[in-house]
Amino acid sequence: MSEPETSVRHGRAMAPVKLDMDRLIDDRRTRIIVCCGSGGVGKTTAAAAIGLRAAERGRQACVLTVDPARRLAQSMGLTSLDNTPRRVDGVETADGGSLHAMMLDMKRTFDEIVEAHADPDRAAQILANPFYQSLSSSFAGTQEYMAMEKLGQLRHADEWDLIVVDTPPSRSALDFLDAPQRLGRFLDGRLIRLLTVPAKAGMSYMKVLNAGFAMMTSALTKILGAQVLKDAQTFVTALDTMFGGFRERAEGTYRLLQAPGTAFLVVAAPEPDALREASYFVERLDAERMPLAGLILNRVHLSPAGRLSAARSLAAAETLEMQDRPNGPGVSAGSSGSAPRYTIAVAALRMHAERMQLGKRERRLAEHFTAAHPAIPVAEVVAQPEDVHDLAGLRVIGTLLSQQGS
Amino acid sequence: MTTRDTDWDGVRLHVVTGKGGTGKTTVAAAMALALASAGRKVLLIEVEGRQGIARLFDCPPLPYAERKVAIGLGEQGAGQGGDVYALAVDPEGALLDYLDMFYNLRRTGKALTRLGVVDFATTIAPGLSDVLVTGKATEAARRRVNRRDDSHVYHAVVMDAPPTGRISRFLDVSTEVSGLAKMGPIKTHSDTVARVIRSPQTAVHFVTTLEEMPVQETLDGIAELHELTGDGIRAGGIFINMARPAILSRADLAAAASGSLDVTELALGLKAAGISDNHGLAADLMTELREHAQHVALQDREREELLTSGRPHYELPMIPEGIDLASLYQLAAALREQGAA
Repeated sequence: MSEPETSVRHGRAMAPVKLDMDRLIDDRRTRIIVCCGSGGVGKTTAAAAIGLRAAERGRQACVLTVDPARRLAQSMGLTSLDNTPRRVDGVETADGGSLHAMMLDMKRTFDEIVEAHADPDRAAQILANPFYQSLSSSFAGTQEYMAMEKLGQLRHADEWDLIVVDTPPSRSALDFLDAPQRLGRFLDGRLIRLLTVPAKAGMSYMKVLNAGFAMMTSALTKILGAQVLKDAQTFVTALDTMFGGFRERAEGTYRLLQAPGTAFLVVAAPEPDALREASYFVERLDAERMPLAGLILNRVHLSPAGRLSAARSLAAAETLEMQDRPNGPGVSAGSSGSAPRYTIAVAALRMHAERMQLGKRERRLAEHFTAAHPAIPVAEVVAQPEDVHDLAGLRVIGTLLSQQGS
Repeated sequence: MTTRDTDWDGVRLHVVTGKGGTGKTTVAAAMALALASAGRKVLLIEVEGRQGIARLFDCPPLPYAERKVAIGLGEQGAGQGGDVYALAVDPEGALLDYLDMFYNLRRTGKALTRLGVVDFATTIAPGLSDVLVTGKATEAARRRVNRRDDSHVYHAVVMDAPPTGRISRFLDVSTEVSGLAKMGPIKTHSDTVARVIRSPQTAVHFVTTLEEMPVQETLDGIAELHELTGDGIRAGGIFINMARPAILSRADLAAAASGSLDVTELALGLKAAGISDNHGLAADLMTELREHAQHVALQDREREELLTSGRPHYELPMIPEGIDLASLYQLAAALREQGAA
């Protein structure tokens, strides 16, 4: 993988190491692939394309997706959100592989954890609590946590030998790494201890409260109102009984992400914000000792006519436009009398110039990333003229991902 | 001051949402520049802690304080634009602010923060922190100069809001909170916030590109807003960002898409411009032209789809060189020209 192409050549920018996607998905030791990155960069499509390719190369693959576009979901047979992996039809199974896909139902996943960790009465009490309902159906943080929880469940079920997961469109891609630990840390927090004191110690709790506690409780009552505080206390006390279970699960998932069978792929579009997020992510994964397999640079603009530079193309378009002026020299392009000449050529040249310019800017951004992270393998996927919404389209992306020829 | 009519006269709080990657922050910033015409002060608010505004305006990270970041887009005959201020709101700062403003409890607030009350709110009841954040925006939109001068401090407030998938819940604060608090101060506060958000003074604008997923999310977002809040929260305009103009007539585009354009004509053009058609350059350029035509056709389909929502729409051009301060003013001018501000 790390051929001499990584070295600096005559002062030119460093070429990145190429990501060998097929080696990654053909390696039976790879059990989990996590696609992460900021929103709108094509994570879901990448995850689905990798899952499909792996299945068609003989793996028992399962794609766990969080928020797919409607038509992409339909193409994979995901019409209902039922939290169970469904077999995807139309997959080439000659090599003995198979593809399942599922869409995450955040609330149901959360409900299931509660039901698994509390006795029926207690579980019913928690499920009915307004705080629980707000928490389990809101998007911030919970989705990340539940995605990781579901990943842990699927891995544990051991029905698939490769799980490809697409991470939630977090406000910041980093939220997702924090999610497994966040709930545990929260439940361990001082505030929780305080809130649970009254319920645990009954009326005698006043004795243990110092002035600070009293002030805080009174302030909380002031801000939230007594009822809210009471609901919060009930909820927290209920959660507290399941605390051990929650924490264990969060830590288990975290360890799973660090395990050798896990590979992270950071997905980015060649745009400043997306690549900045990708850089943060790469550094963070490194700090957490999470195994990073590489970067997928999605929607790169290449030109089949790259040998004609933007500057020359633009100059040529201008030359033709000058010739088109009524008193210019003018050469008939075969069109009828007074029709503007070379319209097609001028348009093609102008458009080509713009595309080369865009490509150059993208190249520059990608080089920034490679310069900062020279060891990260990169796979580039050329921008497609139309959106992907069927298996054929996913197959094309899978092929592009795997063929990173020079 | 100008008396020019815009599509959003009377709107004081512009909430700008959009799918990730569609340029929501850029459009919010351009909108703020466009609204800040002669003498008009505008506040641009960021709520997701990404410091996207500071990056756009090339200034140091924004604190929890209103800072001047730019001068609005000038206008012919009306001179230089007004001031654009910016503020990064985080739930913690908003909580302290709330305690200070309503209860004179700033010190207690700090103690609460140390105890992790904010963590508590964001983890256990995200609805509560949303109320605090939107509360800050509505407060700024309603703020008066002082007791004697009751004119508004800000002509308009523009909020770079959470993405489309989360916007309805984020704004529907009263429902979110009433599930938790049936009465009490937080309920009262959220009712006040909800009144502003549900008034004609607030409009929710959607930023999208002409691609399938963002368009679908935009339409879903508008529908969800309607579903969750009835006619309570008003969908504003649709801002089509990064639109690529068609460079050929419709007829030529159709021909390009179907591959029936004459490549020899293109080759002749290249020759006339002094470029030799080596290794089938003309054919390669024709391939590009076909891809462009397909792309334009896709854009047209998606635009049609957006128009079914019946919302006013505005188009902002793709800036191939990337967004800088100069291009923000260019986008602001485009918005003003089309009557968005």
